[in-house]
Amino acid sequence: MSTDLLIWIILSPLLGAILNGGFYFYSIKKEKVPDLLFALIGTITPLISFIITLSLFLRMKDEGMIFTQQLFTWLHIDKLNINMGLLGDNLSIFMTMFVTFVGWLIHIYAVGYMKGDKGFGKFFAYFNLFLASMLILVLADNPIILFIGWEGVGVCSYLLIKFYYGKAENVLAANKAFIVNRVGDFGFILGVITLFFALGEVDLSFTSIEANLANATPELLGLAGFFLFVGAMGKSAQIPLFVWLPDAMAGPTPISALIHAATMVTAGVYMVARFHFLYVDLESMGLFIAYIGAFSAMLAAFIATRQNDIKKILAYSTMSQLGYMFIAVGLGFYSTGLFHVFTHAFFKAMLFMGAGGVIMALHHQQDIFKIAQHRASLPIIGFTFLVGVIAISGIPPFSGFFSKDAILAAAFQEGEYLIWAMALFTAFLTAFYMFRLYFIVFVAPSHSSKKYVYTSKTITIPLLILAVGAIGAGFLNFPTIFGGHHLVDAWLVQLNSKTIHLSHSTEYILMGVSILVAAFGILVAYKKYANFDVSKPEEEVGLIGNKFYIDEIYDALFVQSLKKLSSFIDKVVDEKIIDSFIMNSSSGFVNIGKRVAMLQNANVRFYATFMLIGMMCIFVYIYFMLGL
Amino acid sequence: MISLTSLAFVSMMLFSIGAIGVIARRNIFVIYMSLEMMLNGINLFLVTFARYHFNMDPQIVSIMVIAIAAAEAAIFLSVIILLFRSKKSLDTDIFNTLTQGEKS
Repeated sequence: MSTDLLIWIILSPLLGAILNGGFYFYSIKKEKVPDLLFALIGTITPLISFIITLSLFLRMKDEGMIFTQQLFTWLHIDKLNINMGLLGDNLSIFMTMFVTFVGWLIHIYAVGYMKGDKGFGKFFAYFNLFLASMLILVLADNPIILFIGWEGVGVCSYLLIKFYYGKAENVLAANKAFIVNRVGDFGFILGVITLFFALGEVDLSFTSIEANLANATPELLGLAGFFLFVGAMGKSAQIPLFVWLPDAMAGPTPISALIHAATMVTAGVYMVARFHFLYVDLESMGLFIAYIGAFSAMLAAFIATRQNDIKKILAYSTMSQLGYMFIAVGLGFYSTGLFHVFTHAFFKAMLFMGAGGVIMALHHQQDIFKIAQHRASLPIIGFTFLVGVIAISGIPPFSGFFSKDAILAAAFQEGEYLIWAMALFTAFLTAFYMFRLYFIVFVAPSHSSKKYVYTSKTITIPLLILAVGAIGAGFLNFPTIFGGHHLVDAWLVQLNSKTIHLSHSTEYILMGVSILVAAFGILVAYKKYANFDVSKPEEEVGLIGNKFYIDEIYDALFVQSLKKLSSFIDKVVDEKIIDSFIMNSSSGFVNIGKRVAMLQNANVRFYATFMLIGMMCIFVYIYFMLGL
Repeated sequence: MISLTSLAFVSMMLFSIGAIGVIARRNIFVIYMSLEMMLNGINLFLVTFARYHFNMDPQIVSIMVIAIAAAEAAIFLSVIILLFRSKKSLDTDIFNTLTQGEKS
């Protein structure tokens, strides 16, 4: 059904971004605009988007229809026809729901977090733009419009990571994020182009791609699927394009929450789910995705066990959880993967916001051991952080358990026991490193006297709302064996996901195993860190502490080799070959010119000679050639 | 009767000697005289062939050449006088001010 409302979901935060940007310019050029205005514009616009989405969701639920909106034809070149169209089907409305909701809560949180910052207005302008880009990405009805949003979130993440651009390392981190993402984006463009030609140059909307899929050869489709997944690797920080994600922690904490929970990194998973009709036939491609996910999950979990920076631990945990999502979508369990995106959005946003609260209370201290040494009493943040840690570790009945366990069961059911084992081991590591973080930051004995630090209401209230989500979100997809109805799976029925149909006893055993593994991880963390002497912090040493030297390897492989190549081109090709060619040829012209100038020597007799020779030539020509 | 070949040979010799004089000599007067010699060579040529073909048109042309040479002589001599006044010399190699101004 056609509707005019879809565009307003995007326009509302976009308008907020423009207004905030305009007011910010006014405030730095003319007179100060109160921060309250920025905060109001910044927080109300996502709320409007959320309300519109909610109303569409309710209508969809009652009447079971799909919303579309065709705005205008954007490009029309020969057979390439790109409409500026929006698609609000079950999948995109599902994504939009929690993106706007969690995004809105993070906006509110940011009001408290960024209070008093001199870039307050700029921050909210970027923030709204970020949300608007993500909504374009989600609501697009063809891959080209999706790509606009895709690039939009890339640009906004760049702008926000280097928000404190005074420090060189922040700018470097932003550049790294942007450049690594470009690699993925290039893959995405190649994927769309391949798809366009593979399908015989049809209309590029998702529906027509799906309808014309039979026209294409499987080889070309496989290639397109691979290239599109390269794009997803970049955005969703999977092996090998994950190096930007931990460095992206340079930005203020609300950015990290927004990037990791609601926007940006989930784009890759969403894109694969959006192209489910493409991937469902590409069995080996799906398996490749699942393995990439499994390896990413395990690698990130390993690295996270040895990090000391609170935000970096959370960043690696995001990468690890994204690995789980890719395992699910790779194996064809799209709705399971998206359900994990959904629950992850709640608890990861909450964890980041909690971490931000702790960091703020301790005056921008991010090292967990130093945080522990100067511990402050933060009851609400401590409680919500515990909820988030339990949820991500996969302890029932918190939301993370249901979504993660479904992925584990999916891998088991598909017979991919290696992936299952890796995911299970990652679950152990996850429980271990998350509780290491919790125990050190909040529990381990510290000699300093705890003092209560007031935390702004705009920080604590979103945290509490998210805590409810992190506890309760899992029940939306309550497993059948407990009498649940798989509401999320039913809602996303269009994706033709595989479903879990193991025998009940197997399912119970699998659940028991994953709970035991998580509990074991918690136990190990408790033994080691609950009474840890925080005055003697762990060093980030060894293979794991140095992140498997992957940054260094990439640096040597790509950055240094490119530097060598460019200095070779500069010093040898440019100076020696091209420059010498140009300089020699110009001096050659000068020399020729000097020789020719010698003819003009102002000697009358010399001129007379030439005149005679010339005349002679003319006569000879006339006599012999024209035969006169 | 003098043969046509020898007449033509004489006129060509006159012309060639004149041409070499123009090229090789430095004195402006000698160059001028060489030029006149070339003209006379041409005149002799024209007259010879007019006689040979019994056609009077070339004779008229040669008379015109003589007339023009006379007019030219008046101009040429005055130019030579002016040139001499400016440099106190008749050597053509001195009149080279069109080079890049290094030599005078």
